[in-house]
Amino acid sequence: MKPLASVNDLVIKFANVNGTGSASANNMFAKALFRMGLPVAPKNIFPSNIQGLPTWYEVRVSEKGYLGRRGGVDIALSVNPQSMAQDIQEVEPGGYFVYDNTKPLDLRLLRDDVSIIGIPLTRICNEEYKDPRQRQLFKNVIYVGALAALLDMDFEVLTGLVEDQFKGKDRLIQPNIHALELGHDWARNHLECPLGVRVEAREGPRDSILLDGNTALGLGAIYGGATVAAWYPITPSTSVVDAFEKYCKRLRVDPETGRRNYAIVQAEDELAAIGMVIGASWNGARAFTATSGPGISLMSEFLGLAYFAEIPTVLFNVQRAGPSTGMPTRTQQSDVLSCAYASHGDTKQVLLFPSTPRECFDLGAKSLDLAERLQTPIILMTDLDLGMNDHISSPLEWDDAREFDRGKVMTAEELEAGKEFGRYLDVDGDGICYRTYPGTHATRGSFFTRGTSRDEFAIYTEKGEEYEKNMLRLMRKWDTIPEHLPAPEIIESDQDTDAAVLYYGTSEASSREALDYLADDGIYLDAMRVRAFPFSHIVREFIEKHERVYVIEQNRDAQLRTLLMTELGLAPDQLKPVLSFDGNPISARNIRKQIRRYQEGGDITPFHRENIAIRGAGDSA
Amino acid sequence: MSYLTPTFRHPDLPVNNLGYTKADYEGALSTLCAGCGHDSISGSIVRAAHELSIEPHKIAKLSGIGCSSKTPTYFLGNSHGFNSVHGRMPSVVTGAALANRDLLYMGVSGDGDTASIGMGQFAHIARRNLNMVYIVMNNGCYGLTKGQDSATADEGSASKKGDPNPFNSIDLCATALQMGATLVARSFSGDKDQLVPLIKAAISHRGFAFIDVVSPCVTFNNNPASTKSYEFVRDHAEATGTIDFVPMGKEITAEYEAGSSHEVTLHDGSSLQLHKLAETHDPLNRRSAINTIEDYRESGNILTGLIYMDESSRDLHDTLETSERALNQLGEADLCPGNDQLRKINASLR
Repeated sequence: MKPLASVNDLVIKFANVNGTGSASANNMFAKALFRMGLPVAPKNIFPSNIQGLPTWYEVRVSEKGYLGRRGGVDIALSVNPQSMAQDIQEVEPGGYFVYDNTKPLDLRLLRDDVSIIGIPLTRICNEEYKDPRQRQLFKNVIYVGALAALLDMDFEVLTGLVEDQFKGKDRLIQPNIHALELGHDWARNHLECPLGVRVEAREGPRDSILLDGNTALGLGAIYGGATVAAWYPITPSTSVVDAFEKYCKRLRVDPETGRRNYAIVQAEDELAAIGMVIGASWNGARAFTATSGPGISLMSEFLGLAYFAEIPTVLFNVQRAGPSTGMPTRTQQSDVLSCAYASHGDTKQVLLFPSTPRECFDLGAKSLDLAERLQTPIILMTDLDLGMNDHISSPLEWDDAREFDRGKVMTAEELEAGKEFGRYLDVDGDGICYRTYPGTHATRGSFFTRGTSRDEFAIYTEKGEEYEKNMLRLMRKWDTIPEHLPAPEIIESDQDTDAAVLYYGTSEASSREALDYLADDGIYLDAMRVRAFPFSHIVREFIEKHERVYVIEQNRDAQLRTLLMTELGLAPDQLKPVLSFDGNPISARNIRKQIRRYQEGGDITPFHRENIAIRGAGDSA
Repeated sequence: MSYLTPTFRHPDLPVNNLGYTKADYEGALSTLCAGCGHDSISGSIVRAAHELSIEPHKIAKLSGIGCSSKTPTYFLGNSHGFNSVHGRMPSVVTGAALANRDLLYMGVSGDGDTASIGMGQFAHIARRNLNMVYIVMNNGCYGLTKGQDSATADEGSASKKGDPNPFNSIDLCATALQMGATLVARSFSGDKDQLVPLIKAAISHRGFAFIDVVSPCVTFNNNPASTKSYEFVRDHAEATGTIDFVPMGKEITAEYEAGSSHEVTLHDGSSLQLHKLAETHDPLNRRSAINTIEDYRESGNILTGLIYMDESSRDLHDTLETSERALNQLGEADLCPGNDQLRKINASLR
């Protein structure tokens, strides 16, 4: 057996029991690598459970800067006997399996193509600590210390992190550093350090930050001027409002009066949450809600009202695996269609697809502008992977000269001057009409908002021609929307090619990585990242320039492909689905495998159920 | 109903303190059935708002879906209105009230809209004590879909179709009390003398003010076997007592027998004179209010009047400690922390 050897190119997977405090130790491990200047991508793979079930934490380091999921595991760190059999099987040939050998390993699990490394974590803890909770918590810190020795990490970086992390709770610093040392010393005294797979500090981009998308969204909402947040708790969106609240407490409390320049309501359900957002937005405040798939289903009726009555509405959808309750703690991009056409009748909704925390911040703030400019719901589509995992991101920036775009709002002065007001009167020809805030003028500009049909002056009507006129105006508005939305990004291949990939959201990093691998295989592809719906004309032109476009998505039904076909009238043959939907973030290896199969003619086999299974088979091959 | 909109106004029509006539508070012509109780309630809302001298455009009127929810079109024509979706007015008005604490929020709903499809939102808006007036025009049936029983139809009561309702009825006043409403009243659409002061009290109250107004459906539920018919309600309504609403600064001139009168001061400085109270009922005591409702329910009578009021109510803005300036009045300088703060946040994420 030849052990794997590499510098700054590895995937390590921690196998823990949830509720044992492993998350903070694992985060510390990832952040230490980040502080060593290394491109690092941690992924939390956790159960929908509070305590006792298996949970994993996967960390990838890539010198080349690949931040998507690679697939495969080079080092497994196992402190959970429940999942040990699975964990050891996942290790790549030549990889390393590090485990707590206080209890001997079941010999049936042994693999002769994997280096098995035992560390008596439980024994070390039991000898050192008397308190059971301490034993549990410090066990995690001890294995981080041991890994630092095995991977040749800078120990000072770890101790510096502990000092920063416990600033203000100084009495916790020394015990944590001591636990790190226990692990570090034990490994150095008993094991051959470092392993073949190891890390070296680099001069990484020093201004980068490590941030999860949900926190970025919460901050985006603050900078974008949201004052009302109404929500109902649901994984994986909960931390959006948590972050909003955390930073509001710091940044939005009037220092003189102590009063809050924001209001957060935990609603009784998602219907109420979006109802509150609609009420607040109708009344001239900026508001948002955050939810996930089941919440989208519940909010659909209100989304139709907001579309038809043209009320700015901002909704952050942190997608998870459906249908129904699905896999609540696993990621997917499977709400594309249900959001694009949310609600009964002829409705269409605006979607935004951020890919990075920085983009969550930027588009989170921008969505509040867009909702008021376009007077319609803006659904920002992120997912669990982007929302709940830390990602390396460029730092957040704000232009202090920037003003909120409040859209078309008629003022008391304009009304007083006699300017004609019709709530649904298209005076500019772009389908977007003027609105007034309630309470603006004593005798002019009041109107009745309703989900029923009405004329240009908001008077109830059931006349077919008035209804049709309004629906066609909404279509005119729809056609002007793309120019306000973020444009798609195009990356052209170095070589001429008639094929391309198209991806969105969190498939970006893995797709970009797969493009490099495919180029190594001699397969050259142009690439487009779609950032919004309705689609820009650039999307159509890009697709039409290519004979085949591989549409990369994290769902079973190729939902964006369907949307492209339906909205752009494209032939199905031109768009080839590349799919992953096992609940893990899509990996570069998986994308490469599927596209290679197409390129080799693999797509001419009939579309059987088994083929779907193979296409979506995650990372196993 | 009349198909003609009267445009003639008497030049000497009385004006209120702001110089508005009652006509400035009226809305479009009603399209409800002739004799519908809801139109009388609309009239009472108009009168209360006019007499209280509230700027017409400083009121926002919101509703759900149903006959009752159509009525906001028929009153306060200079106010913004919002006819939302079925049973969801409470959430929309919650958001609206959070956005702008300076307007008066008038919610109108029906028994289907509140006691069935909207029961969840109704419970929670009461619990949050949102500062608003919430009026249910309660006719015990679904009018727009032709007369099905609603959840407030009394057990045994029969609509025009003739089948007695087999289910227990929901008493919305009891529910509102249970859920935390801080002003609870019941009235009858045909009794403006009682209803107008109650609406005024509800407007002046800070917190969730709920009025259940029994409002007979002349088309589907005004038959002899119905307990929500004009005749039945007239025969069975018993008032807790009469109340007079006294605006702030106005001298109390009425005289009452000693011991029978009780004065309550409201948040805005106005006061309520409660008199001839039933001996067992104290409207400032929640437990007594619940008991009284149950007593009347057992006896088959309808308790009307002010049932409960919490003088020291704290509304949702108090609870959330929101800015005294309306949130929708805040601009970039108040809301956007700026790039310097962002630099500090970035530094904490390295």
